[in-house]
Amino acid sequence: MYFDTIIAGFGGQGVLLMGNVLAYAAMQAGKQVTYMPVYGVEMRGGTANCTVVISDRPVGSPIIHEPVSAVVMNRPSAEKFGPMVKKKGQVFVNASLVKAGQFETRAKRVSWVPTLELANEVGNSRLANMVMLGAVVGGSGVLTVEQLAEALTGALDPRYHKMIPANVQALEAGARFVSEQKAA
Amino acid sequence: MARRVMIKGNEAIAMGAIEAGCRYYFGYPITPQTDIPEYLSAAMPKVGGVFLQAESEVAAINMLLGAAATGVRAMTSSSSPGISLKQEGISYLAGSQIPGVIVNMSRSGPGLGGIHPSQGDYFQSTRGGGHGDYRTLVLAPSTAQENYDLTMLAFDLADKYRNPVMVLGDALIGQIKEPVELKSYRKKPKEKPWALTGAKGRHGQILKSLFLADGELTDHNWMLAKKYKSMEKEVRFETYRAEDAQLLLVAFGSVGRILRTSVDILRDKGKAVGLLRPITLFPFPNKAVRQAADKAKVLMVMEMSTGQMVEDVKLAAECACPVDFYGRPPGSIPTPDELAKEAMKIWRKRGLK
Repeated sequence: MYFDTIIAGFGGQGVLLMGNVLAYAAMQAGKQVTYMPVYGVEMRGGTANCTVVISDRPVGSPIIHEPVSAVVMNRPSAEKFGPMVKKKGQVFVNASLVKAGQFETRAKRVSWVPTLELANEVGNSRLANMVMLGAVVGGSGVLTVEQLAEALTGALDPRYHKMIPANVQALEAGARFVSEQKAA
Repeated sequence: MARRVMIKGNEAIAMGAIEAGCRYYFGYPITPQTDIPEYLSAAMPKVGGVFLQAESEVAAINMLLGAAATGVRAMTSSSSPGISLKQEGISYLAGSQIPGVIVNMSRSGPGLGGIHPSQGDYFQSTRGGGHGDYRTLVLAPSTAQENYDLTMLAFDLADKYRNPVMVLGDALIGQIKEPVELKSYRKKPKEKPWALTGAKGRHGQILKSLFLADGELTDHNWMLAKKYKSMEKEVRFETYRAEDAQLLLVAFGSVGRILRTSVDILRDKGKAVGLLRPITLFPFPNKAVRQAADKAKVLMVMEMSTGQMVEDVKLAAECACPVDFYGRPPGSIPTPDELAKEAMKIWRKRGLK
């Protein structure tokens, strides 16, 4: 079993938290995993990204040039990481901010997830990142929503634990959306 | 079972230090190691320790010297340019035989360079680094887990040999987040009768690196040389799929871990390729390299520099087999595929089958 992904977006969209939750869940599932935050000279209001690698074998490189998947939360990220994804890979696009034709990719599978709309249905637009994370596990099968939900306690600061039920709902909404897309 | 947590490489260093009983930290911020002081600034007061942000790297290393002279476990950390500033103090620690742990989460140089990972501090770390004929023990972790484990070991070795110990990682090893098993530190710290504790009820003693009497400095240097020689028993290294390897790759730290995947890629193609990863860079695993040179047809060193450890591998191999090299200066981190391709170039050039 092997999975990797680059998760990217604006600073503030919660992309690093998405990576943290995914990595934490992978650890609890007994997988080998690395999480690598963007490393460079970044500034406020700029882009943020992280790379998560999940495997049955020890992870050699935590940095991937040709990822199996990319999660792009805004247009600059789609333009930068869309073209890097493998042909057999998958791109998860935040359809609330990125439109078709705005970026290139070789990837056969592109999932358009209206994260903001789904997050608003759950009741808070700030849950868009968790909606997307739910879509990623639903669409890739790398882990389950239940495993992500269990990881929230460990990955989130105790201050935010009261938000866990809403986050779980958001994860479920994202996973449900991609499964309905698949069925359609 | 020990607790498993998902933490940054830098945090693993800081947690390992506290677990090993380090209660004194002196430092000055610099990317990419600032997570270490950041963590310790919160954690040290909770365990009754001291976190001190000094006015400079030079001040921090001299504070470490002063604290460690009293027998306590103390640490400083920095990154390449900051480590250069500390070299005078490290030389004084070595000369005065005061133990201390120095962490270098190295970045790229020369000069101010950049914040990319690099292995260009290999020579500086393994050849002493400051002035005079001395050595520091150098441990080179390649995972967050090793950051934790080897930091604890660094304190033990520093006390055992009364010598500075350097933990040499790089930006990748510091920034990566991985599961770490938080093993408990169970050793009983060594007694330190040499420590400066106030001379109450005993004769005064002195820790110094200045020896002016006739022949005194010669004797001191011979004693130190014997000590460095005796460190050979601390050699640590790891091999991976090396048993029947015709081409044996040699790399440390971040490149060492990336190459594990390259070895898997090449083995899947039926090529007998293996890996030897030195964990102690000083003392260098000379014997292991020499034995590998007898068994493998070709050794190939890979580094994120234009070639430093390759010199030690060549010395250790004693011409028993050819030693090839692939290195790259800082800028981009090599991928497992890229390194596998470089290995295949040598495989073909040397006519291996």
